[in-house]
Amino acid sequence: MKVKVISRNPDEYLRETKLDIHKTQRNYDPALHPFEAAREYTRALNAVKLEKVFAKPFIGNLDGHRDGVSCISKHPKRLTVLTSGAFDGEVRIWDIPQRICIRNFVAHDGIIRGIVYNPNGDHFITIGDDKTIKTWKSLAPQFGEEEEPVNTVLSKTVLTSLAHHRTKPIFATAGEICQIWEESRNEPIRKIEWGVDSLHDIEFNPVETNILASCVSDRSIILYDMRDKNPLRKVIMKLRTNKLAWNPMEPFIFTCANEDYNLYTFDTRNLKQPANIHMDHVSAVTFIDYAPTGREFVSGSYDKSIRIFESGKGHSREVYHTKRMQRLTCVHWSLDNKYIISGSDEMNIRIWKARASEKLGPLKPREKAALRYSEALKEKYASHPKIKRISRHRHVPRHVYNAQNELRTIKEKEKRKEANRRAHSKPGEVPYLPERKKHVLQEQQ
Amino acid sequence: MDKEKMKPQRYFSKSFQEVSGSPKSEEKIVTQGNLTYDVSNIKKKPWGRRLEDRKFNKVKKKLPQKSNPNPKFRGKFKVPKELLEKYSKGDGVNLKSVKTSIHQKKFEKKEKNIKFAVEQSAKAEVLLVEDSGYLEADAGETTTQFTQKQIVNSVDLAAASKHFDLKLDFGPYRAKYTRNGRHLLLGGKMGHVAAFDWMTKKLHCEINVMESVHDVCWLHIETMLAVAQKDWVYIYDNQGIELHCVKRLNKVSRMEFLPYHFLLGSCSDEGYLSWLDISIGQIAGQYNTNLGRLSVLTQNPWNATLCVGHAKGVVSFWSPNSRDPLAKMLCHKAPVIAAHVDPTGLYMATSASNRELKIWDVRKLEGPVQEYKLVQPANNVAFSQKQMMAVGMGNVVEIYRDCCTTAAKRAYLRHRFVTPIGNLSFCPFEDVLGVTTARGFTSLLVPGAGEPNFDSLEANPFQAKSQRREAEVKSLLEKIQPELITLDPTTIADVDLPTLRDKVDAKLKLLYLKPPKVNYEPRKKAKGRGGSVKIARNKKIVQEEAKKEFVRNKREITREEEQEQEKPKKPPHVLDRFLPKKKT
Repeated sequence: MKVKVISRNPDEYLRETKLDIHKTQRNYDPALHPFEAAREYTRALNAVKLEKVFAKPFIGNLDGHRDGVSCISKHPKRLTVLTSGAFDGEVRIWDIPQRICIRNFVAHDGIIRGIVYNPNGDHFITIGDDKTIKTWKSLAPQFGEEEEPVNTVLSKTVLTSLAHHRTKPIFATAGEICQIWEESRNEPIRKIEWGVDSLHDIEFNPVETNILASCVSDRSIILYDMRDKNPLRKVIMKLRTNKLAWNPMEPFIFTCANEDYNLYTFDTRNLKQPANIHMDHVSAVTFIDYAPTGREFVSGSYDKSIRIFESGKGHSREVYHTKRMQRLTCVHWSLDNKYIISGSDEMNIRIWKARASEKLGPLKPREKAALRYSEALKEKYASHPKIKRISRHRHVPRHVYNAQNELRTIKEKEKRKEANRRAHSKPGEVPYLPERKKHVLQEQQ
Repeated sequence: MDKEKMKPQRYFSKSFQEVSGSPKSEEKIVTQGNLTYDVSNIKKKPWGRRLEDRKFNKVKKKLPQKSNPNPKFRGKFKVPKELLEKYSKGDGVNLKSVKTSIHQKKFEKKEKNIKFAVEQSAKAEVLLVEDSGYLEADAGETTTQFTQKQIVNSVDLAAASKHFDLKLDFGPYRAKYTRNGRHLLLGGKMGHVAAFDWMTKKLHCEINVMESVHDVCWLHIETMLAVAQKDWVYIYDNQGIELHCVKRLNKVSRMEFLPYHFLLGSCSDEGYLSWLDISIGQIAGQYNTNLGRLSVLTQNPWNATLCVGHAKGVVSFWSPNSRDPLAKMLCHKAPVIAAHVDPTGLYMATSASNRELKIWDVRKLEGPVQEYKLVQPANNVAFSQKQMMAVGMGNVVEIYRDCCTTAAKRAYLRHRFVTPIGNLSFCPFEDVLGVTTARGFTSLLVPGAGEPNFDSLEANPFQAKSQRREAEVKSLLEKIQPELITLDPTTIADVDLPTLRDKVDAKLKLLYLKPPKVNYEPRKKAKGRGGSVKIARNKKIVQEEAKKEFVRNKREITREEEQEQEKPKKPPHVLDRFLPKKKT
């Protein structure tokens, strides 16, 4: 007779001292792990709820401006430095981690229209309503020295917007015409115009660095090539475009914030219709900035809310708002892809997390693994009604909520009316028009 | 010699020793050693000669593969098929049925991940430390003939200590092991309740509740236990302090704890079946089965349904979500007196008072897979983790091996007691069968009954206090809601397709629906324009319109159905014209 009975030596299963971690034995036999699906589902539900619990995106604010913040500029090399300009002509430079203002001075008479850093970040350029372009050193003046610009250029025309070339010491200003400047010269090296009244935004393409785009007050967007004498192309929309941002990863793609509450993503190869429409704002969209990954962008609106969109999706994944935040003037995505910086009418600059429930600071490997696991579970069970409902739910302020309802009824009404018109006219008379074809009026060469 | 030693070591090159012997090594390494560059594979022809390349590839395919250069290394470990089957997560998605290419790719990636996971978990079986027990008889012997004494004498001391006998005086006992098999709970009919760590024989508590005890049950951890007493169910902690008295569970005869759902299922003498959620202290469901006294209760560990055996020979499956049983099986023509489902949820054993013992496929609700006729009616059946079955008949316990798939001819082990058996249960993760009798408790050694390798994140016999606390919190966090108890526990991960039957039913329902009522509110018109007559007329028109529309839709549905029913017409034949004409 041969006999063996399970007999475990406790020494192999117990830790030796109290300082050790507990020993773990694994057996992946499915019989020992029943209810796999149901337990995973429960974990996914918990994960999605916890995500909501931890969703506290607001980190802090920078206060000090004595008038509304008109523009913000990120330092190209340093994450801690931020420069902002206000409607009263004051420029402030902030230390973000300490949340203090480290330097402030009045740069212009009237509104500061634009601030940009040069590519290596050793000086920055400001423009204002006083038609001057001033270059400032990034370093604060020594004790006893006065705050003075390195260079001041008087422009002949009004200046409304400013953009810097990605690598070269060249910047562009918009106003009545588009002007390209070299940093060392006092005269523009090129003037490009398309017989329009005024441009209010200009943006360099970060990849195809010679390409520029600007928004014009006649509801159009113009594309320029810096090497060319004449503008390239122009697309006219139904309503005015406020701001434009190039996708930093895909050189053909840009997204513009429009007055008609929507954002439009265009492919420059085909301007006849937008590649995507991003809806959700309930008032004019005033600002847009891409995440450095090009996968997401953030937009600020006149409806006092910030929304984050995934670049391929038509609706936002996140909305940020606070009771005290007023109309947004500028929103930026920080260059480490972690924070969002917003400036608004009520003189404050706010710092938000880009992913609302993300834990800041270094993560331990097990923490990381757990987060990844819950992320995978959330994705796996995303379409279950309970999980979907929780993960989609966003609380919005009453005025936004009401406006959403109103917009919905308006849209329904229009749809109904069109259907009625279609029902009572000759077949083919009232064609079905896709949403993407409704908003562009014309493309001009 | 020193110089040779100073030379840099070349790993991965076998012939280094030979080569290093010769002074002018450089050229010879290239030719002799393993570093020889294979020149045959380098393409000599210019690019673009596809035809020639193809020909070459054809010839190359026909060439026999080179023999393994290093016989010590047998290549990548291939997981045997049976092992993969064990860990398999089912057939994947049929990729051809996915329409869009982007989703096809997505699914392809997913399937690949799943396959990888299955392979990895199958490979991880190498890491399991313990082997399962066994008892093998020599030629001319049978395993049945070995007594406990013989087995105990021939195993090691630690294992031998697992066989013990307790003589207790408080009437027929019932016993239950915790989920990790470490602790034992005894309840005597005459009020004796004892909880102890049976391996170290350390007593947690021993009380007399001064009432009759009908059943005992551990809750999710070994610090809490439920006792079904004369009238109500009481919950005690492991020091014997009464924590709760659950008066809503009245006259309970049997209890089962569902550990992943935190439900204490119980059946009562009055025919009620109830689920108590012990994490929130609320009743998750309480139904009258209308089937009389219930005294046979067991759980299906695979889907957490409760299986109740009835006097009519029926076994019914219950979930807290429905007033009626999810399924009923007519198992015997005599009262069912015992039932048990094996831990994987594959088989159910039922025994009846007419000495029958049947094994059923409980996933398909089919069977019987096996039928046995016993010498005496089996009052108790229990499955072990390795699908051994213990049958208690009168005062004899018989243990069968492989009795589900094949007809077992002879018992694997047999043990005879003096007094009749109360209940029996296998200890998880041990080769132990605990049997209670009228006079106490005996723990029998059954080699090969238990799962040798436990998963310490699931059930850990060597759990420390801090581990237990952590596990309790974790398990509470992932408590499965009682709504998810169904016959098939994987439904939550399935695609929610409306079944064909539901579709047909919905269509049929439409036929018997009344036309909807239209609430017509007339627009306010300028004075003199409207008038109550006009309003009434307009209302009538709108309502009629809606009704007509509804009828039209209905007619279309019926017409579609008719068309489906009609057989496809044959093409008309020339001679058809001479057929008698159809009357219209």
